[in-house]
Amino acid sequence: MDIKRVKDYIYWLYYQYLLITCSYVLEPWEQSMFHTITVTVFAMVVYTAYVFVPIHVRLAFEFFSQIFGGQPESTVS
Amino acid sequence: TNSTIRVSVCKNGISNGTLYKKTFIEHFEQAPMYVAVLTFLGFGVGTIFGYLRDFMRAWGLEKRNVATEREQQKDFVPLYQDFENFYTRNLYMRIRDNWNRPICSVPGPQFDLMERVTDDYNWTFRFTGRTIKNVINMGSYNYLGFAETDVNALKTVTIELQKYGTGICSTRQEMGTLDKHVELEELVARFLGVEDAMVFGMGFATNSMNIPALVGKGCLILSDELNHTSLVLGARLSGATIRIFKHNNMQSLEKLLRDAIIYGQPRSHRAWRKIIILVEGIYSMEGSIVHLPEIVSLKKKYKAYLYLDEAHSIGAVGATGRGVVEYFGMSPDDVDVLMGTFTKSFGAAGGYIAGKKDLVDFLRTHSHSAVYATSMCPPVAEQIIRAMKCLMGQDGTTQGLQRVRQLGKNTRYFRRRLHEMGFIIYGNDDSPVVPLLLYMPGKIGAFARRMLEKNIGVVVVGFPATPITESRARFCVSAAHTREMLDTVSTADVLLKLTSDAKEVGRSCVSVTLNLSNSSLHLFF
Repeated sequence: MDIKRVKDYIYWLYYQYLLITCSYVLEPWEQSMFHTITVTVFAMVVYTAYVFVPIHVRLAFEFFSQIFGGQPESTVS
Repeated sequence: TNSTIRVSVCKNGISNGTLYKKTFIEHFEQAPMYVAVLTFLGFGVGTIFGYLRDFMRAWGLEKRNVATEREQQKDFVPLYQDFENFYTRNLYMRIRDNWNRPICSVPGPQFDLMERVTDDYNWTFRFTGRTIKNVINMGSYNYLGFAETDVNALKTVTIELQKYGTGICSTRQEMGTLDKHVELEELVARFLGVEDAMVFGMGFATNSMNIPALVGKGCLILSDELNHTSLVLGARLSGATIRIFKHNNMQSLEKLLRDAIIYGQPRSHRAWRKIIILVEGIYSMEGSIVHLPEIVSLKKKYKAYLYLDEAHSIGAVGATGRGVVEYFGMSPDDVDVLMGTFTKSFGAAGGYIAGKKDLVDFLRTHSHSAVYATSMCPPVAEQIIRAMKCLMGQDGTTQGLQRVRQLGKNTRYFRRRLHEMGFIIYGNDDSPVVPLLLYMPGKIGAFARRMLEKNIGVVVVGFPATPITESRARFCVSAAHTREMLDTVSTADVLLKLTSDAKEVGRSCVSVTLNLSNSSLHLFF
C-alpha cells in the first residue's frame, strides 16, 4: 500500500497549500486562475535559480577567496 | 519563548501572602511568526479576488446579488455604501454556510441538523428535506446538560405549563409578577448566598436595560476590552463616561482608577459620582477567567463598585457550580452587583441581578426591563427552579453535584487532549469554553465543513468578532458529553493537523484516509 500512502501525502500537501493561501474558499474558475499564476511564478523562480545561482555562487566564492587567500594564480601552469 | 503562561504560585506550594488560593494557569500562546505572515497572505489573496469580483460585478460581467438601488434613484444620495461591506460580500459570503445552520431537535450533547445546500455559492440556500442525525454538539452553551427532553426530568415543568400556560401578557410592574417569580427569586438569592435577586425575561436585556438604571451622567464606567455587546450597549445607553482597560490587566485598571480619582470628571474636575467596573466571569471568546481577587482588592482600595457578569460562569465553574465567586473562594458580599443568565447552564432563558436588598429593591422600581418588558414565562421559570434545586441537591439526589464534577472532568480532559495534540488553545484550564486557534481564513470554512462531515457541529469565529489574525473554533464542553464523544472530537481534529501547530510540536505528516471514489479531488467535500 505504499503508493496509496504517497498519494495521500501528496493530496495532504495540496490541501495544505489550498488552506494556507486561502484559495480553498474560491470558486473553481478562480482557483484555476490562481493556480495558473502561482505555478507560473514558481516555475519562473525555479528557472531563474537554476540559471543564475551557480554562477553567482562561483563568483562570490572567487571574490572571497581572493580577499582572504590573496595568492595570485600563476598563469603558467 | 513566545508563550505567556502565567502561574501566580511559587513552585514549592501556595504561600500565605498571595490572593489566589490555588493555581491559576492561563494560556495565551502566540503562534510562530510564519503563521501570522501566512494569515496576512491568505487575507491578501482573498482581498485581490474580492476586488476582481467587485470589478466584474460593477462592469456587468457578473450578476449582482447584493441590494442595489433602482435606476430612478441613482441621482439621489446613495443608499448603499458598497465598499463598507467588502469583507461581508467577498469573504464572509464564500463560507457563509457554516453559520445560521437550523437545528431541529433539542440542543443536547447530540442534535439533528437540517440539511442545506446551495447552488450559487452561498448566496441562496435551499433545504433538501433531509436531516443529519446525531451530530455531536460542540457549540451549544449546554454546560451542565440541562437541555434535555427526558420526561421524568421535565415533570414539574409540564405541570406548571398546564397550570399557567405560556403567556404572561404583562410587565413586572403591572400584572406580570407571579408566585413563580417570587419563588425563583428567593431560590436564586439562596443559591448565590446574597440577600435578594430579581429575574428578567431576557439575558441580553438584563444587561442593556439595567446598567442605565444603575449609572447615569457623571458616573464613570471602567469596562474590560473584551466585554460582551450587551454590557457595551448598556454602558453606552446609560450616558456615563466609559473607559476601557486591557483585558484582565490589573495594572491598566489600577492606572485608570488612579487617574479617575486624581483628575475627576473631564472639564470640571469634580469627583465622579460613581465608579463602576464591568467585568465578566468567563469571557466567551477567550475562555479566560476574570482575576476576581485582584479586582476586589482594587475596588476596596479605590472605593469603586463592581458589576460581575457571570453569564458563562454560573453553574460552570466553582466546586458546587456557584460561579467565579466560589471558584476563588470569595464571599459574594465582595461583589456589588452579581448578574447572570439562565440561558447557558440552566437550559432556560432569562437573566438575573442579585446583590443587597436595597439594590434589588431599587431595580424593581427603576429598571427599564421591569417597567416595560414582559416578565419570564412560567414553564421557563419552573425549568430554572428544577435545575437550581438539582444543583443545590434539594431534589434528593446528588445529580447536580455529579453534573458539575462531570463538567470539570470533561473540561480538563478535553483541554489536556488538545494540548497534547499540539493545538494552540486559549484560556484558563478550568473554563469549559475552549477556543482553538485557526488563524488562517481558509481554515475557518474548511474546519467547520469537515467537522460537519464527521458529524460534529462546531462554531467557528472570524474577523469582526475576533482580531483579524486570530480566527478560532470555539468548543463548549458539556457535562452531558461522554468520554467517547470527546475522543471522537479530538481525534477528528487530528485529521485537520493543518491547523496551527504549537511551537514545541513539529509538523508531522498525517496520512489522511480519503475515499477517492472519483478521480476528481474536488469531490472530496
